[in-house]
Amino acid sequence: MSALMEEMNRRALALGVPLGAQLDVTYRCNERCVHCYLDHDDHGEMTTAEMLNVLDQLADAGTLFLTLSGGEVLMRMDFFRILEYARELSFCVKIKTNAFMIGEAEADRMRDLGVNSVQVSIYSHRPEVHDAITLLPRSLERSINGIRFMQQRGLKVIIANVLMRQNFGDYEGVRALADSLGVESTIDPTVTPKMDGDREILGLGIGHQELFEVMRNPGLVGNVDEFCAPPGETTDAMLDEVPCSASHTYCYISPYGDVYPCVQFPLPTGNVRKQKFIDIWRYSPEMNEVRSIRPRELPVCGTCSHVGTCTRCPGLAYMEGNMRGPSSQDCEKSFARTGIPSANMHLKAARANLVQIRVDMPQSVLVN
Amino acid sequence: MNDVYPARSKQVAARMLGGEMMIMSPTDASLFNLNDVGSAIWNAADGRTSLDEIVVRLCDEFEVTPEAARHDAETFVEELAAHGILNLSEQPIVPAASGLQEIK
Repeated sequence: MSALMEEMNRRALALGVPLGAQLDVTYRCNERCVHCYLDHDDHGEMTTAEMLNVLDQLADAGTLFLTLSGGEVLMRMDFFRILEYARELSFCVKIKTNAFMIGEAEADRMRDLGVNSVQVSIYSHRPEVHDAITLLPRSLERSINGIRFMQQRGLKVIIANVLMRQNFGDYEGVRALADSLGVESTIDPTVTPKMDGDREILGLGIGHQELFEVMRNPGLVGNVDEFCAPPGETTDAMLDEVPCSASHTYCYISPYGDVYPCVQFPLPTGNVRKQKFIDIWRYSPEMNEVRSIRPRELPVCGTCSHVGTCTRCPGLAYMEGNMRGPSSQDCEKSFARTGIPSANMHLKAARANLVQIRVDMPQSVLVN
Repeated sequence: MNDVYPARSKQVAARMLGGEMMIMSPTDASLFNLNDVGSAIWNAADGRTSLDEIVVRLCDEFEVTPEAARHDAETFVEELAAHGILNLSEQPIVPAASGLQEIK
């Protein structure tokens, strides 16, 4: 991150400005990805006028970085009207799409409107793997075509690849595909629970061995020794720092107008159909509750040796039952990276041992 | 420099933050932070207001001599124009009709 970007983030944090926001324009989608956390039915999306009003309010609040996502953004017939208005308001716009519906005309418009970047989900370089995840025939072919159209017009395209058991063996292939297309690529080993709390899809995620391998791939992490180094001594600064941007300089708005601390933090804080965005942002008790979180007062994580380097997501912790509790998925990442179990893992092992002791007690003891 | 009409590029992303304008370049995503004088020039750069008029406003708003204001304003707009953030024209720039065609 550039020094000026860091300075801008510091200033936004000090001023309480939502510098970044994600607005999902729809949850509808033409794909049915097996790991998706959304309900794709339309339960009453905001109208075009409501969407434009939200953009006005975000601009007034000081938001500069705007991500337009879904669902599939192009499922909305008025998507380009929303995008056009966002650019009129001088947002720096990033779009997340599967690119299936991006032809030359759509790519032209994105370029002409000055879109900053477009993120496209690609799960494999092999159609039989990618299409089996999206459950949409020919989706890889169509998405690659869309990427080509955008890349040819000078748009910055980033391929995003969620790693799962189903596609784990293909991440190098996806990187090679990105290279051949002249675009960037990223991987994400995190499968997010459904917004309704259903955690069943977490079973699609990669296991410890796979995570271990990813963490030691120099092509992905750079200097492996540095990346996988054990955590150093915990400092006061680590214990008092803001854990992430959620509710501090970033928020998420659903197609129904619900405002959340982050796309991965489904804690309702208000709805722009009923309240002004700025009032939700500034005064929602839930927003302020999230803002109050500091590592020092986290009952488990505050005692963990990983506290200064862990990617602990308060949203994932919330979905696990407690926004101040551990996020087991991040514990797994810290463990895979360093080989050192987290405080949460020690606690769970101790609890498991307690149960084991009771089960293993002599019959005579149990009877008495 | 002859009098020019500076106009903000429609390709940039920009927002006021704490009284200063943050601008992202469309060409290389580099970030610019304008101080209060730079922000005043930026906000006045609508393509219809000449640099001469902007300099007069700067002298009214900030404690600066016309010569210093003119020098700083010229340097500023030339630098931003080099980054594609401002467009400079010798004639007032008439805003293009807004509204892009719907894709059929």
